[in-house]
Amino acid sequence: MNLAYGPEYEAFRQEVRAFLEESRGRWPAPGASRGEIIAWQKLLIERGYAARTIPAAYGGHGAAPDVLKSRIVAEAFTQARAPGGLSGQGISMLVPTLLEAGSEEQRARWIAPTLAGEIIWCQGYSEPGAGSDLAAIGTRAVEDGDDFVINGQKIWTSTAAQADMIFCLVRTEPMAPKHAGISYLVFSMKTPGIEVRPLKTMTGHAEFNELFFTDVRVPQSSIVGARGAGWAVANTTLKHERGMLGDPNSAEARLAAIIELMGEECVDGERLIDNPLLRDRLMQLQGRLLAMKFNALRLVSAQLAGESGGLAALVVKLQGCEVNHQLAALAIDALGEIGVLYGQSPRLRAGGAWQQRYMFDLGLIIGGGTAQIQKNIIAERGLGLPREPKPAEA
Amino acid sequence: MDFSLDGEQRALQASVSGTLDRTASLERVRAFAESGEAVARDIWRALADLGAAGVLTPEAHGGLGLGLLEAALIAEALGAHAAPSPFLGSAVLAPIALLAAGSSAQQASWLPGLAAGELVAAVAISEGIGGARDGAGVSASGGRLSGRALFVIDALEADLIIVADREGRLHLVRGEAPGLTTTPLTTIDLTRRLGDISVNDTPAEPLEAGDARAALARLRDGAWTMLAADMLGASATMIDKAVAYAKERKQFGRLIGSFQAVKHLCAEMAAELEPCRALVWYSAYAFDAAPPEAAVIAAHAKAHLSEVSRFVARTATEVHGGVGITDLLGLHFWFKRVGLDRQLLGGPERVRTVAATLQGLGLPSPASIEA
Repeated sequence: MNLAYGPEYEAFRQEVRAFLEESRGRWPAPGASRGEIIAWQKLLIERGYAARTIPAAYGGHGAAPDVLKSRIVAEAFTQARAPGGLSGQGISMLVPTLLEAGSEEQRARWIAPTLAGEIIWCQGYSEPGAGSDLAAIGTRAVEDGDDFVINGQKIWTSTAAQADMIFCLVRTEPMAPKHAGISYLVFSMKTPGIEVRPLKTMTGHAEFNELFFTDVRVPQSSIVGARGAGWAVANTTLKHERGMLGDPNSAEARLAAIIELMGEECVDGERLIDNPLLRDRLMQLQGRLLAMKFNALRLVSAQLAGESGGLAALVVKLQGCEVNHQLAALAIDALGEIGVLYGQSPRLRAGGAWQQRYMFDLGLIIGGGTAQIQKNIIAERGLGLPREPKPAEA
Repeated sequence: MDFSLDGEQRALQASVSGTLDRTASLERVRAFAESGEAVARDIWRALADLGAAGVLTPEAHGGLGLGLLEAALIAEALGAHAAPSPFLGSAVLAPIALLAAGSSAQQASWLPGLAAGELVAAVAISEGIGGARDGAGVSASGGRLSGRALFVIDALEADLIIVADREGRLHLVRGEAPGLTTTPLTTIDLTRRLGDISVNDTPAEPLEAGDARAALARLRDGAWTMLAADMLGASATMIDKAVAYAKERKQFGRLIGSFQAVKHLCAEMAAELEPCRALVWYSAYAFDAAPPEAAVIAAHAKAHLSEVSRFVARTATEVHGGVGITDLLGLHFWFKRVGLDRQLLGGPERVRTVAATLQGLGLPSPASIEA
């Protein structure tokens, strides 16, 4: 154990902090234009605070992988409450997938404009009949000359309305066993035959969409990886998604916001933080969060040493999402009657964000592998408990 | 940046665990629990031979001169075995008190014997940290102590006792001092020995080489971290036992571990406990590296491990079904071990109040020692 980062890294941290200080005027505010956001992203890539380890040839910053520097960047941005670089599914999931499984031509064509924010992607994985059992997807892509013709339906597609492109799982080999018949395709959302229907959730917003494919014709060259190997390619991407969900950095920012809130808001003239019951809940969550924070540090060290994270890695999504959700619940409870205000109501606090997060986070607990699927994974891969007996394939 | 145990720390873990496998088997633990033995001298001798009794004591005084992280690894192994031993008082808290507030003469007279495992020390700090009950408290005047101190750690057959008075100042009382009487307490946890002491005009040496409140705060942070480490080890053992049972017990023609109802209980225990390991490591590391948040982290380690361990203890018992509650299985030794750790030197609600006060959050609590 030696948590000192050493002079090289401390100098790097100072550099990041200094940059954030001097660039404060250029931070895109919430609701900033696409132009402002893209300009900020470009600056961050140039400085190495976004797309840090993506090769320069593909539009990244091109630094050697350095887990500590990446971490320092994330910490400095969280502490300064500065807007980070773009983080859509294209950047967080497609780019790493193309780097691992894409052809040279695909990398050269897609990665740079994706990083620059010029192409927005959406993900076509889940279907009404394929949620936790993702490999059960039924969307068909039938070979027709040099093309595939796609028919089927996707769900839980965030950003589909704005997306230029989609990365999508389709069944190309209907006779093959379930996992072996899937291919991973990338194609334009402007292709004729794609219908996007917003999917309104309990928050009152349509954070997701449904997609309907009717005779959507895309070239066979849209395949990433080998035909029929889409399950393995998708798992590269899912691995990146699980690492994102449950990140303690975002929970820390949320905790800091609640501490601020509880110090400012009063009921009957008493500050919320002076209510012993609320304060105790706050402390319980701080304790849980600290455990997750140090767990994340332990995982960084394991990664540096080339070791597997084991159980410590398997529990991140389950525990991290739960802590986040409970933080939102505490903020609502602390606010009392004010905590139910929503929409455009008078007396609204933080734009109704706490209720919105409380509801939206339930989706994060369910999505990206439900809490129950996470528990299966922890028990089977982490503890070596016997797998669920497989029913005969339908 | 390295957030992991180094090779020597792993070797220490392995040798302590190996020694405890041999000397602190379930049979030995049960024999200690069922007898009136004050100190498990055989186990303590074996640990002292590894240097565990002097883990924190500087080499100049015959110890290993290591940090609280190494002490926490030993505490974790003791918890994992539910092992009786005077480790907490003799190897951790008394040396912390002597090193923080003892004169060089006091250090020279006591540390070598403690580090060799020849002397055992009790620690009477419950009133200053967990809070005064039943009117307890010790007053100091003219080098003499009078009053009562409760829930004294490793109280029986102690050669010396570290006593905190009502002002939070520390004193050293010899085990044979006149006017000192010790009354054993019976707790749920028969693997450890607590007692009440009463002193009546009893001669004592003040430990006054440093800031007295700071020394008591050191004891608090060290003790909370050690209790957290004990719970970490005990909980890990309970999970191991539950998982092993789920892999061998069959009902309805299937291993019970293949039922999600059982499997998910196991996963929940592991998911709660695994991040605690890093919290305990960091708490122990912070005790020595002393970043500003060290005391807050120690409080959170104690409080959070208390909550997680309670959940693990009841859940691991349930996974075992009916056999889980039998005396014969012995799982209850760990169940009760974490039960004691949870309450000792403040239950989680009290400890979290201190965590908040140390951060300036909300109205200050009388329980917080401001170091």
